[in-house]
Amino acid sequence: MTQAAAFAPLRRGGGRGVLLVVLTAVLVGLVLFMEELEPLFRAWFPDLDNPLYRRETFLRLTLDHIVLVLVSSAISVSVGVAAGLFVTRRAGREFEPMVSAISAIGQTFPPAAVLAIVVPLAGFGFVPTIVALTLYGLLPVVQNTIAGLGTVPPATLEAARGTGMSPRQILLRVELPLAMRVIIAGVRVSVIINIGTATIGSTVGAQSLGTPIIAGLVGDNIAYVIQGAAVVGLLAIVTDMAFERLERRFTFG
Amino acid sequence: MTATILDDGRRRLVADRVLLTLWVAGAAAVLLLPFASMAPNRLVSGQPVMLWAALLPWQAWTAAGLAALLLLSALATPLPRALAHGLTLAAAWGLALLVLYGIGTYAGRAVTPDMPAARVSLGSAFWVVLFCAALAMLDAFQRLKAGMLPQVLYAVATVGAVAGLFALDLFDDLSILREYANREDAFAGEFLTHLALVGAALGPALLLGLPLGLLARRRAKLRGGLFGLLNFFQTIPSIALFALLVAPLSALGDAVPVLKAVGIKGIGAAPAVIALVMYSLLPIVRNTYAGFAGVPAAAVEAARGMGMTTRQVLWRVEVPLALPVILSGLRIVTVQAIGLTVVAALIGAGGLGTFIFQGLGQYAIDLVLLGAIPTIFLAVTADFFLQILVALSKPEGAR
Repeated sequence: MTQAAAFAPLRRGGGRGVLLVVLTAVLVGLVLFMEELEPLFRAWFPDLDNPLYRRETFLRLTLDHIVLVLVSSAISVSVGVAAGLFVTRRAGREFEPMVSAISAIGQTFPPAAVLAIVVPLAGFGFVPTIVALTLYGLLPVVQNTIAGLGTVPPATLEAARGTGMSPRQILLRVELPLAMRVIIAGVRVSVIINIGTATIGSTVGAQSLGTPIIAGLVGDNIAYVIQGAAVVGLLAIVTDMAFERLERRFTFG
Repeated sequence: MTATILDDGRRRLVADRVLLTLWVAGAAAVLLLPFASMAPNRLVSGQPVMLWAALLPWQAWTAAGLAALLLLSALATPLPRALAHGLTLAAAWGLALLVLYGIGTYAGRAVTPDMPAARVSLGSAFWVVLFCAALAMLDAFQRLKAGMLPQVLYAVATVGAVAGLFALDLFDDLSILREYANREDAFAGEFLTHLALVGAALGPALLLGLPLGLLARRRAKLRGGLFGLLNFFQTIPSIALFALLVAPLSALGDAVPVLKAVGIKGIGAAPAVIALVMYSLLPIVRNTYAGFAGVPAAAVEAARGMGMTTRQVLWRVEVPLALPVILSGLRIVTVQAIGLTVVAALIGAGGLGTFIFQGLGQYAIDLVLLGAIPTIFLAVTADFFLQILVALSKPEGAR
């Protein structure tokens, strides 16, 4: 690869990098200074008595939302990658078709329906949302871990074995680095779905950025709806773009 | 249980560790979790009922016998493997139906004339046993490397038997069917609304997405921007996109009363359908692009060499070869749209989500399930049929 070719992906990503920084700045600005926009919303919706959601600060709502997604994604990723590793090792290979089938069928279940079904089992609030997000988030991670490890060429594994590497070394130095891009793509899907489902979590009593949206829809206050939706939409987009950059870092060859 | 799993090479006691795992999970659920819950009326919260208390003695003994057969087929001896898998298919089928029959008859006995308002709900052990039985069937089919036909016949037999139990009014005393009976008309209406919303979104999405996908294939410069934009839509959480469309559409409806008269207003089906189209575009465009990109250059070359016009090459060579990939895109968006339409209920578009969110609001779990279970069923069924369609669209040699 020539010098110019090596830098081509960086240059291509340059414009997006600026966009990511700008959008992140807008997101942080909205979260911290939503109150300053009150005159704007007042002018936009003159009929509304309260054009600004005040029951909680947007900082609080955003942090609650992020905690929901972080906790569930942390569990999904660790369990999902472990499960993917287990079924691709010799001891667990027998479980591979079953685990692949479950993660494929499970993803056809609508996230909102999964969230609703967890409520009778786990009650209302934070817990069912975490359970639903974790279960649903597991599936893309498992699927992509299996797929990613499957893309490692047998010849590469053979070569690694030939140089005298132990199975553990092969896993850590050859298989995982080569599979990382696909695994991260699975984590990306999982996290983005979870950001969306955490928004619906407000209907089962978990406080999140969906709370002002639902309050606005119920109370016929479009300003609340816009405030919640703008922040959560930006949060999802910024997260997705950050993952895209992370994925690109693990592209080899 | 501890000494059962031996290293490869030595003689193994357990031939099917997947089945054994499912068996242990099912057995643990039956021992630890409630099979049903029973409340004297809707206002009181239910008391857990364990499996052995809910089933009649003959049902419980039959269930234990079928469980023993399943354990037997997980062992390496004495059954040959093919026979063991056949036994699994038979025993898991029997167990699933027995569990359904058992909970139906239990509800029938619990709802007596002196307790007409008694409510019997499905417990977690019920779901776990059904789930494990279904996975045991799947495991047996995977190991038998069975073709499509026996699996479809087995599925038909299962669905037919369950439909038969429904036809016998066996489940009528379960609280979820009581909820259904209370709103039979509303259910039919919301179910059709759900389908109509999905259909109304898929039509425009295909009309827009297919040409865009072809365009992305023909014009490389457009590709990055187009995919970036569509991914942007796809990333926004569903409720946020639904809700964000409410504002401009209500403004539009206020400004142009004619539009309001035809249903373009803030709350309702219009923002839902627009959002669903926006979500559906990425998979359709991406798969159309990938389908056309996957057509071998040699095939196009050969077609041109035969003197076909560009139009003929497109319709007789490229489209048929790209079709399986395009249809997988349709499969993705159909399943996705069925799920997203649930959320559309929050902006007043109707559909099965109405029951889910009504139920969540009233803490009426059976009402939640009345919305959630049909939605899942709809998504899984659509996925199943579109998967068959994808398989059929593949050229003869590649099936």
